[in-house]
Amino acid sequence: MFEEYTMSELTSIFAMQGFAGLILFSVLVLMALGLAIIFGQMGVINMAHGEFMILGAYITYLTSIVFSEHLPDLFSGYFFLAMILAFLGSFFLGAFVEWSMIRHLYKRPLDTLLATWGLSLILQQLYRTIFGAREVGVSIPDWMMGSYPITDLIEVPINGIFVMVLTLFISLGVYLIMFKSSLGKQTRAVVQNRDMAGAVGINTEKVDRYTYAIGCGIAGIAGSAFTMIGSTGPTAGQLYIVDTFLVVVFGGASNLLGTIASAFTISQAQSTLEFFLSGSMAKVLTLLTVVGILMLLPQGLFALKIRR
Amino acid sequence: MFELKDYHVAYGQSEVIKNMNFTLNPKEIVAILGRNGMGKTTLMKSLIGMIPSSKGSVTLQGKELKAMKSHERVASGLGFVPQGRMVFSTMTVQENIETGLTSTKRNSVPDDIYSMFPVLQEMRKRRGGNLSGGQQQQLAIARALASEPSVLLLDEPTEGIQPSIIKEMAKTLKQIRTQRNLSIIVSEQVLSFALDIADRIIVIEKGEIVLDTPRDAVDESKIAAYLSV
Repeated sequence: MFEEYTMSELTSIFAMQGFAGLILFSVLVLMALGLAIIFGQMGVINMAHGEFMILGAYITYLTSIVFSEHLPDLFSGYFFLAMILAFLGSFFLGAFVEWSMIRHLYKRPLDTLLATWGLSLILQQLYRTIFGAREVGVSIPDWMMGSYPITDLIEVPINGIFVMVLTLFISLGVYLIMFKSSLGKQTRAVVQNRDMAGAVGINTEKVDRYTYAIGCGIAGIAGSAFTMIGSTGPTAGQLYIVDTFLVVVFGGASNLLGTIASAFTISQAQSTLEFFLSGSMAKVLTLLTVVGILMLLPQGLFALKIRR
Repeated sequence: MFELKDYHVAYGQSEVIKNMNFTLNPKEIVAILGRNGMGKTTLMKSLIGMIPSSKGSVTLQGKELKAMKSHERVASGLGFVPQGRMVFSTMTVQENIETGLTSTKRNSVPDDIYSMFPVLQEMRKRRGGNLSGGQQQQLAIARALASEPSVLLLDEPTEGIQPSIIKEMAKTLKQIRTQRNLSIIVSEQVLSFALDIADRIIVIEKGEIVLDTPRDAVDESKIAAYLSV
């Protein structure tokens, strides 16, 4: 499949597909970080994670409209406000969902799959009713448009760079919250043994609510980033949920570094293969590889080594 | 200061703890003895709020605890060391102790806890799950002490621990009692440990108190008879 290209063309194809893969990587990492907290730490199989992402995307879309109609002077900076609003929107919806639904199901983790799947259907229909079935696009401010030429053949889009920097900061933030803050410590304790965590003085209900809501909030930010690389529709989230679970499981469900490494592997493999093969062939090959590796390493790429 | 009145615990229809009444005095160590299945662990778990009680009252310094969640009971002054230690195995020793600080205003482990258990200071960066059984027991006690309890509940602390360390543990617990002015309730099957540590011995059978006697007046053979199968 490589014959019809010259060596220098191949290099640039790999470089540019690699970079396109990095944008996919960013969205996957943001999605997966939220899910790694909710699924990896809390054990809740959150099928509605994609819909929380889409909520963030719609909030970004609404913010862009408000800015372009009422505050055109500030349009170039709307994205930062949109991101914060997307986080807050998904955070509060997450907190509400935890309170009304998830908290009754911690002793029956498999049932969370059905409950959140139902939730995802409800949300999809809600989006369809409110925003219409047609996909909406966000207009990107001028400074994020265009691309930055590295060589004659290799160009990298500026919004891609922006999304990646954003991902970097958010990954760092999640790491600090989970491993350096007292909320993170409490979360990890609750996840390991809910009863015992209560018996050392941790308010487990509060911790559960915050943890779930933060996971959803990060999905909202992922939605904001998503508006730059795809158009937002009621069911767009579903396309990502399987990939996201794949990333979390492949990375080792309770390890953030593993999540990032596996998102990188999967998105790069996907993006590079897509150029040479059809999209579905690329997916098949990626999935086969992941399944093969998981058979050898059932705990995922990075598992903690402790006595159990 | 810590009082059970007409206390019942039930799993559905089957009552495991029946009509229990007793009062724990300040700075007192009480050992609760009984064979397997007589309700020791159920009693302990219900006192810390992991299992709801079905009837009666439990008060600490006059405050009713019955309707409280576990973390509220800890904030009111109960500390719990469960059977089987239950340390958070993927968290480091230091993080384990820090979880106990949640209900206090502190955010770093007080020095006196490390000076009581020097081995924990040495291993503070290790994961809790990689410690030996005896070390995990010390960690579980340290974690409970971090919340500065006035009553410490220990459920079968000697389980799976070698005899020489059991002796040391009795010494440590008595030391903790004097240093921190707290009362201790310990459930046990090992009579020698109970006699070593307790000021008062309570024997329960089928969820009821059948013997309640000060340590000095204990008739060893009678208690041994209760404990033999």
